Amino acid sequence: MKDWRYWLAEERGTLLAFGIFIVMFAIYSANHPAGFTANVVQTAANKGVLLAFVAMAQTLVVITAGIDLSVGMIFTLTNCMASWLVVGTGLETTFGVLAVLGTGLICGAVNGAIVIYGRLQPIVATIATGAVFFGLALLLRPVPGGSVNEDLADFLTGRFFGVVPASLVALLVIVLIVWVPFSRSELGRAAYAAGSSETAAYMSGVPIRRGKFLAYTLAGLLAAIGGLFLTFFTYTGEAAYASGNAYTLFSIAAVVLGGVSLFGGKGSAIGAIFGALAFRTIGDLLFVFDFDPLWQPLFQGVILLIAVSLGAFALFRVRNRLEWFL
Amino acid sequence: MDGAAPLFRMEGISKRYGGVRALEKADLTVTAGSIHAILGENGAGKSTLIKVMAGVVAPDEGAMSLDGREVTFASPAAANQAGIVCIFQELSLIPELSVADNIVISDPPKRFGMIDRKAQRRIAKEALARAGASDIHPRALVKDLPLSRRQMVEIAKALARKPRILILDEATSALTAADVAKVFAVLKRLRSEGLALLYISHRMNEIAELADHCTVFRNGRNVASYPAGSKSDNEVVELMIGREYSHIFPPKPVAASAAAPVLEARNLSWADRLDNISLSVRAGEVVGLGGLDGQGQRELLLAFFGVLRGLRGEVLIDGKPVSIASPTAASHGRIGMALIPEDRKTEGLMLPMTVRENLSFAALDRLSKAGIIDRAAEQRLIDDMVGLLAIKTAGLDIPVGALSGGNQQKVVIAKWLMRQPRIILLNDPTRGIDVGTKQELYQLMRKLADAGAAILFYSTDYDELIGCCDRVLVLYDGAIKRELVGEGITEHALIATALNIHGDDRRTGVGGKA
Repeated sequence: MKDWRYWLAEERGTLLAFGIFIVMFAIYSANHPAGFTANVVQTAANKGVLLAFVAMAQTLVVITAGIDLSVGMIFTLTNCMASWLVVGTGLETTFGVLAVLGTGLICGAVNGAIVIYGRLQPIVATIATGAVFFGLALLLRPVPGGSVNEDLADFLTGRFFGVVPASLVALLVIVLIVWVPFSRSELGRAAYAAGSSETAAYMSGVPIRRGKFLAYTLAGLLAAIGGLFLTFFTYTGEAAYASGNAYTLFSIAAVVLGGVSLFGGKGSAIGAIFGALAFRTIGDLLFVFDFDPLWQPLFQGVILLIAVSLGAFALFRVRNRLEWFL
Repeated sequence: MDGAAPLFRMEGISKRYGGVRALEKADLTVTAGSIHAILGENGAGKSTLIKVMAGVVAPDEGAMSLDGREVTFASPAAANQAGIVCIFQELSLIPELSVADNIVISDPPKRFGMIDRKAQRRIAKEALARAGASDIHPRALVKDLPLSRRQMVEIAKALARKPRILILDEATSALTAADVAKVFAVLKRLRSEGLALLYISHRMNEIAELADHCTVFRNGRNVASYPAGSKSDNEVVELMIGREYSHIFPPKPVAASAAAPVLEARNLSWADRLDNISLSVRAGEVVGLGGLDGQGQRELLLAFFGVLRGLRGEVLIDGKPVSIASPTAASHGRIGMALIPEDRKTEGLMLPMTVRENLSFAALDRLSKAGIIDRAAEQRLIDDMVGLLAIKTAGLDIPVGALSGGNQQKVVIAKWLMRQPRIILLNDPTRGIDVGTKQELYQLMRKLADAGAAILFYSTDYDELIGCCDRVLVLYDGAIKRELVGEGITEHALIATALNIHGDDRRTGVGGKA
């Protein structure tokens, strides 16, 4: 087999997610009353990147064969924190941003420590920590409110050169400084190895624990970046339980759409980003086709089912039934 | 050997698991530039010994020294650092990662803190070439490779770590004959380069070809150590099992079975793996499948068992054509078929579940009334099976994963015998299990045949085919090349046909001595 075919096989999930997104977005912008304009793209991007950050966070944990049910709550908690701290002069704002990101790191590290050193099941551990994070958010913002440094917010949610959405550029930068180094580092590979076969990884002398810990910690950081952007878009902080949970569940959907295996060891955050953007576009499609908003969850669910089924088509071609279970 | 200072020494090593004594004051001395074979039944302590050497388990007592200095290993990584690298029987490859990723996994080359993929690929290519497996692409995912290729990757991975002591634990059990030859050449070269090699295998002929020195383990102790070639096979086997080792294979029936065929195939083809296969197995008959590994034997068994889709040709049971759509259909009703799978860990057992649960899974429908399991009936049947197969277990309610390899395999077989199958398909059932258990399985197989079962038996071990089978069908490239009967089943005939090296003039001598 040629090299490019291996590349294709490796990136299949990501490419599929990219394809789904492009098709959906094409349908969306073709039917949008305003058409494919910078404004439409900017609005779509701003909505999409929030889920993209949370989905990236989820990807890191899912790669280790875990799952993080607290990402949505870290996202909510950091939103509430940012609505207190990311205000005032440039220096104060900088400090606030660092404090918010630091909080995300700590939340992720707590998850990692409980799962790895406390040996609790990720699903149980993160349900519990998620509740704790939401409790803290509620203490910070019993009622919605607060504010944010609007100069910074407008800069990061606006457009560069009048066409490029700033939030997409921010997403790209985060991919370049968080995901790319992670995926190419020894610890990143350890996270993949642990997710694929923990015993084989242990036998091979792979630093499993440090790899997994890093994955959980960075997941916290990415969720916090998402929370920060939420604050930039809304100018307020709100301890919204339903929205936090929705982000958690949507992040899992986005990850699956993006070709990341829930069994661990396979997939990339790039795929998850396109999964997230595609998932968001599903909701927007309703808008352009003038559906009653009541239809949204049903419609979203059906499209999601169809999209994740695409990946399963290969099973129809399987001639040895044992391969169904691989 | 004489005069050379030992490279590595273990003294008085003991290890207990719960109440079970795995190693009892075991000693071992390893010299550089030699191949040292470790022999012993499963459960004799070989695996534990290696795990201690490789830093996987810590010994309860005893000392290890490397280059005369005392060492302890806290983890496999620490042992690797010291130059001790082990190729485990249970593959240590990570399925979702590429071959190159796997080869450099313990110490990837780095640039600016990130993994240098170009250097990684170069190292992987070199290591694959050193292992004689340049045909494997470094970017291929390990999970897409067949077992024998994975084993070669495992060997390349070990070589990439530049070991001083290389341990091979049943490293050739999954390999094809051609690969074994390549690996042996590599091992001999490594010996001449001054490495110390520890070689563990159940195959006596491999040890005879490779080893300079042998140590026999029994019941957690080293019972004998001698230069290779100074003892006969029989003496060695007696040392291993500690009892007279005479008739490993049960006698075959004098007259061929005259019963009507129970299982028949007519012109069976599937994809490009099975090519126009016709065969029949009678009640009371043990029919072997021979040939090199991967010539369609496994697919043939899977085809009978209803696993393959898009099968062409006919399968007949008791002379009537049937269509078997799933393993459930194959095992139920008047077909009554059972398949003892090759990979007991994935296809045969649910490792974390108990011995009891594993035993009754395949027979639950027979043990339940209106969907409720009859516990008393289950217990009776399980007791029968544990007795019949002499399964050694600390209890029925411990995880089956805690049993030794041989006993796990017995559980897989017992599980299917609980259905009292009429047709039994065996897929290389003795791979990686000890001589004593093998012998029990051979006897069991003959006993089942005598009781009227039709048995189709695939084995990669020629001795087994010769010793156990009434007839052997040799497959090559998905087709039956030759049928050997009775006295005609000889090692020479098996190997010659397996390699497909003789022309048609040879093949006319079916049944005769080749």
